[in-house]
Parts: sequence; structure tokens; C-alpha cells
Amino acid sequence: MDIYESLCDITGSDYVSRQQEEQYIYSRDSGAQPPRRVDFVVMPGSVEEVQRILILANREGISVTPLGGGFTLSALVVPQKGGIVMDMKRMDRILEVNEISRYALIEAGVSQAALRSYLKKHHPRLQHSTPEAPPTVTVTGNALIQGHGHLTPRYGLNSDMVNGMEVVLATGEICKLGSAAVTGSWYTRGPIPDLPGLFIGWFGTTGVVTKLSLKLYPRPQYRNVVVFSSDDVDAIPEVIFELTQLDLLEDFFLITQEKPDWMNHIFYVVILSAHFKEELAMKKRIYREVAGKIGGGKTVKPVDDLHPALRTRFLDVPPKAAVAADFRKGGGFQYSAAILPFNKVPAAWRKGIEIAHAHGMIASYVHQVLTCHSIMFGFNYSFNRADEADIQAARQAVDESNRFTLDIGGMIWKGEAEAQRLVMKKMDPNTARLIEKIKRAMDPKGVMNPGNWELPQ
Amino acid sequence: MKFEDLLHRCFRCGYCKLTDDYDDFNCPPHMKYRFESFSPGGRLWLTRAWLGGDVGTSERFEQILYSCTLCANCVKHCIFPFNEDLVNMFIAAREAVVEAGTLPPAVRDYFKALRVHGNPYKEPAEMRGDWARGLSVPTYDRHEYLLYIGCVGSYDERGRKIARAVARVLNQAGVSFGILGPAELCDGNEARAMGETWLFEELAKKNMALFQARGVKKIVALDPHAYNAFTKEYRKLGADWEVYHYTQILAEKIDVLRPLLKVYPTAVAYHDPCYLGRHNGIYEAPRQILAALPGITLAEMDANRGNALCCGGGGGNFFTDILGGGKDSSARIRIAQAREAGADVLAVCCPQCAKMLDDAGKAENPEKRLEIVDIAELIVRCLRKEETP
Repeated sequence: MDIYESLCDITGSDYVSRQQEEQYIYSRDSGAQPPRRVDFVVMPGSVEEVQRILILANREGISVTPLGGGFTLSALVVPQKGGIVMDMKRMDRILEVNEISRYALIEAGVSQAALRSYLKKHHPRLQHSTPEAPPTVTVTGNALIQGHGHLTPRYGLNSDMVNGMEVVLATGEICKLGSAAVTGSWYTRGPIPDLPGLFIGWFGTTGVVTKLSLKLYPRPQYRNVVVFSSDDVDAIPEVIFELTQLDLLEDFFLITQEKPDWMNHIFYVVILSAHFKEELAMKKRIYREVAGKIGGGKTVKPVDDLHPALRTRFLDVPPKAAVAADFRKGGGFQYSAAILPFNKVPAAWRKGIEIAHAHGMIASYVHQVLTCHSIMFGFNYSFNRADEADIQAARQAVDESNRFTLDIGGMIWKGEAEAQRLVMKKMDPNTARLIEKIKRAMDPKGVMNPGNWELPQ
Repeated sequence: MKFEDLLHRCFRCGYCKLTDDYDDFNCPPHMKYRFESFSPGGRLWLTRAWLGGDVGTSERFEQILYSCTLCANCVKHCIFPFNEDLVNMFIAAREAVVEAGTLPPAVRDYFKALRVHGNPYKEPAEMRGDWARGLSVPTYDRHEYLLYIGCVGSYDERGRKIARAVARVLNQAGVSFGILGPAELCDGNEARAMGETWLFEELAKKNMALFQARGVKKIVALDPHAYNAFTKEYRKLGADWEVYHYTQILAEKIDVLRPLLKVYPTAVAYHDPCYLGRHNGIYEAPRQILAALPGITLAEMDANRGNALCCGGGGGNFFTDILGGGKDSSARIRIAQAREAGADVLAVCCPQCAKMLDDAGKAENPEKRLEIVDIAELIVRCLRKEETP
């Protein structure tokens, strides 16, 4: 049997394609990165099928790229060296919600929408941290790329919310990681060696995650938003510090847009939630008081006449952030995501505007404060997908932003292939070699999403 | 291609595949095939690639184009300003395929039958009015309404039963109506949906001339597909009749019917047909009728109104079956949704939905715990006795 026939034998021919249509769609994502070759697309329906596909890939020496929602915008799950794209979306069962221990055990293809909807219906007192991405993206994919969600300022990155996982190693072994490895229950990640770390942030180079245990959190009944505006870029670190010092917020992001003019300010958007109305009113009052004292009362001012559409935009979970892709009627959007310490934000703020202008774009920012320690600073670039020069400009703008981020001591989140090369080049050589050693140990034949996290030549 | 300038604006974010509150996927071909290529965004990107020569004409490409049921779930849920034109884009892509002359055999056969026989069943025109045999249904002659039946109601066995029920109930409600019988022509909605705009326009012009010659001012459509063609597409060609779906007329006449009805205790889920609901915004008239039937309790499915899941028959799939059946077909999922809602009866008001769901029920509901019943048939069941008009 050839590879195609073998894949059909594993999943059934309905879920395997080597046709030009699937090759085309899976060879690119919605960002600005150029397409890359795909040979086969396969959609396994069970962990055993995943296992058989990886054993086949090892035997045949063909690459495998696992794909969740496929919405990184940086083409992380578009193969760099051809081969098989393993689309996980058929594995879409919510296997367990343990209400008392507050975790959900899900298969890798469960979307943000599915989990959110399921919890709303069956466990309305619980929620999971939902990213700004469209609701079709997968919970597992987001956790594995160290994504963040609407609860991140309070509870940490979504990858920190992983209790455990079931993985299939490149060589075909199935392992449970976290407490389930010992107890059969998925309620905690430790206290044993932190093996989920071998799969988080590795972009599928170490194995395929087939199940995820994710922490759930109380879902307060009331939510509201308070917004402050300012034009003082240099004051941003202080404002973030003071507002996060309170430790009472649910979500916190900074937003601006050069057009229309009324949006051309720094907006600090603080999402508050509470179990009681009085609690919510108290939080709102406290934030206004604290913000009012920053910089002697002159740095920020409250926005009392927030447009209802903006209120919806801020409070929606997830927000419809994807509309940014049509700002220029071009259907394209990519961003360079910098993880920065707060004190680097003013420089990045100015540089991002400079880069956008240099490429004929207007600047538009949404930055999420991750915890009270760092911020995801998004250098956002929308582009016209029908205009190759515009796509090139977006790629160039992203590249310039990435280089700037590294220059000022920032980190690049879910960077595209070139960004990874920049990071690996700048990385401490012993650390880079450790990554290489781990990859080799986990994936001796180098079939797992090769091209990612590679040592610089 | 028409709307070509919009294709690149799709971001493939995927809202189009979902319901309002993201409860579930709601795009029939995507639910069936699961590959991203079968999502609305995938279809738009592939159409653009096909026009640009990056993807060649192939059976798969045509399957991707024609398995779409044009149910307009994407129109309702896409977050971009061009959402209103999504179905138009898919039809335009099919027009381009028709122009290129490479059609899936089932689509080609449909067009051929329609051209040669005037209907996709390859039956003679003289049989069009046979469904009304034995009923007191006059030929249209300046009645208040023309009851337009369409091909499915005229030729399909299930459709004929529904047509008979509608005619009987209209009679009981005292509505003045007549039919064209053998003179009736296909409305052309599915020809247009499958990209044969030229054939559609030819049929539309013939129908318009016929209706004008007969003095038709008001039309009651049995089939939401015909209702859609008459209200939207014929208007663009200059038609100015009043058009109603039969549920709208019966909802108005419910007080006339009420004294004739007996208690019929059953739990009913209502399936919104796409061409009545999402395409034309008629959600309440059928529910008003059901609410007025004594003994009936409405067991609403979670996916209702704008979130209703298509039966899988739209966009020509009722005739071509390019979407196909199986456990992941939307018709079978819809049956499961009705059962989950606790319904004994799944009420429909579209002969195409009735047939699609009937067929799906044979696989999904073999013990027949759920019956597929048209609203007119349900009213007939509730009649104490039929009055002779």
C-alpha cells in the first residue's frame, strides 16, 4: 500500500485527501505568509488512528503537521517540508466536566465555541478562558501555542491552565500526562515532572496532543467595563502597573486606532466581573478612584459615554476581533505579537505606528495585559489579499516588528518560520541545543512538523 | 464572474459555520465532510483559486460548489459587511461553472430534464394537476389566489400528499383559490440555484406571461422555494404580484379554522425551511398555526429560526444529492435534534424538507418515534369533519 492507501485504511477514505482542493486550502492560512506544499490531509477520529498515522509516518519518513483551528495567522500549522496535515477537528468530544474540581477533559478538536456553549448549558457556574480568536479555533491548539484568553489577566496564560494531556509520541506510544498518569483523574498537572511542558510551545514538533484537561473557573453573574483614555504614551507602564496592582480585574487590554479621530487615543479597557451587583459597583468605583489618582490625576480620564457598539465589542466573549481583517476591504490580517515587559511598551507603541505608516497603513492596536507581569503587544497589519504588493508589505511590516521586538528585549509569540529563525539565532546556544536534543529524543526521525524550532545553520 | 471583487475579502474566520450563540456547527457540507474546503470560506477561497487558475476544474471542486445547500446560515452569521452576498457569490460561481460547460452529471441531468420535460421528474405536463384528483380544486379563473404547487408538489409522491392537504385546508378556511393544473410551469428556483440563470429567466418570463394572461394578482405558494423565486427573483424581472406562503394565509384564517378543530395531543417541533426562514424572514406564521392547534405543544429545537439547520435539500441538492446522506448529513442531525427536543412530530411546511427528513428518518429514526408531518397535514388531522366547500 502507498501512503494514501495506508491513510485511507486507517481513517476511511472519506477523511483522507490528496486532491488539489484540500492541498490548496491547507497550504495556507488567513495570514500573510506564502503558501507551502501539502501532500495529504487526514482527519483522524480517535487516538488509535492518530497512533497508526504516526507509526506510518515514521516508517515512511513523511512529515506530519497536526492542525487544530489553523488560525495562528503565522502559518505554524502549514507544513514547512510538505507531507501530511493532520486535521484534528473530528476528535471533538467533551469527555468530562468535573464541576467540583473545576476541570474539563476534551479531545483535541473541540472548538472554543463548543466548550463555551457546553458549559453555558450544562455547567453555567463555570467558564474557561476564551481567546480573542474566532470561536471555531480549538481549545487545545490555543493552549499549545501559549495563547491567552479573557481570564488571563486574573489566572494566567491558557497554557498555564493545562492540568494534563493525553499525547501520542512521534514513535506511536500513547501517554497520559499529569495526575491522570497516576490516579486516572485529570484534576492536577503536578506534583510530578512537568511533562506537558514537552508539548506546550513546541508547535507539534514533539508529538500529537489528543486530549487536554483544562482548568475551569467560576463564572460571575455580572460583568461590566470601565474605560479610561489618555494621550500620554510614556505613562503607559505606570498606568498598567497601578491598574493591575489592584488585582480585581477580569480582563485588561489597551486599544487604539488612528481613524476615526475619536479613536486616536490610548484606551485602557478594564473588564470587571462580580458575583453580586454591589461587588461590581464597588470594583467600578475603586478603579475610577485609583485611575483618577495616577499622575496626580492628570494622566487618564474616564470614558463615560462609551459607544454601545464598543461596549459590546469589549464585553463579548469572544469579541468579534476578526472584523479587523476587512478594515481595508482586503480580507487579510496578520500581526506580530510581542510579549513585552511593561516598561518596553512606549517604545513599541511609537515604533509600531512608524512601521505602519512606512507601509502605507494606519496604526491599529489591541494589546492584552497577560498577568500583572507582561503584555501581549500586537503590531497589527491588515492587508488586501488581492494585492500581492500589499501582502508583501504586511510580511515586511511583520518582519520589521519582530526584529524590533527582539532588539528591545521582547519575545515573539507564535512567530512565523522567519521569526522562529530570528529567535533561535538570538537564543543562548546551549538552550538552542537543548531544544534540538529534546526534539531528537522525542522524534528520532524528524517527522513532526519539521522546520520549526530548528538550530540556525 | 459576478461578485468576483468580493471573493478575496473572506478571512476564513469561520463564524459563518456556526449558530448565533456558537452552539454548534450549522453548515451542512462542512458538517458532512469536515474538511475546511467544504466550509463557506473554503468554497470562496477555492472559487478565487479556480478563477485565477491555481485550482483546475475537477469533480471535487464541483462537489464542493454543489454540495452547498445555499441555506444562508453563512449569510446570517458571517461578521463581515459583504455577508448579504454570500449566497449570491456561490450561485455566481455555479454560473461560471455552467458557462464553462463542465457540470456534475446530476446537475447536467437536472437541467436536461427541465429543458426537455419542463420538470425534473421527466413526467408529462398533463400530469401536473393529478395531485388534485378527487378534490374540489378548481382551475384558476379570477379567484382571489392562484395556488402555485411547483414540481415537487406536482410529481413527488410525498409532495402530492402535502399539496392535497394544503388544498383541503384552504377550502376549509374558505379561501378563494384555483390552480393552473397542466398549464403550470416550473418556477425555476432550483435552476437558478444551480447556476442556470438563463434557463431560470426563460421560465420566469413564461410564468410571468402566463400569470398575466390569467389575470393573477395574488399567489399562494406551496413550496418555500417557489415563494422565494416569486418574491425575490421575479420581482427583479418586473413581477408585481402579491405572494404568500400557504402558512401565511392559514395563519390569517386561523380563527375561521378554529371551530373546526378537535384536540390532537402531541409534542411538535417545527423545522424552519431555509427559503421561508433565513431567506425571507418568515418565522412566526407557521408557529402561530401550531400554537392554535388544540392539544399541540411546541417543543422548540435549540436550533430554530435563524439558527435552524437546513434539511440538506437546498441549492438543488434535493434533486442532485451531491451533499449526500450518511450519519453526518444535516437531515439526520435535524431528526436527532427534534428527538432531543422531545418532539413526537417534526412539523414542516416545505415538500422538499418533508421528503429529505422522511428519508433521513428511516435511518436515524427506524422505530418511527418521530413523524415528519406537514403543517397542513397536521391541520387535517385536527379537523373534526371536513365541510364540503
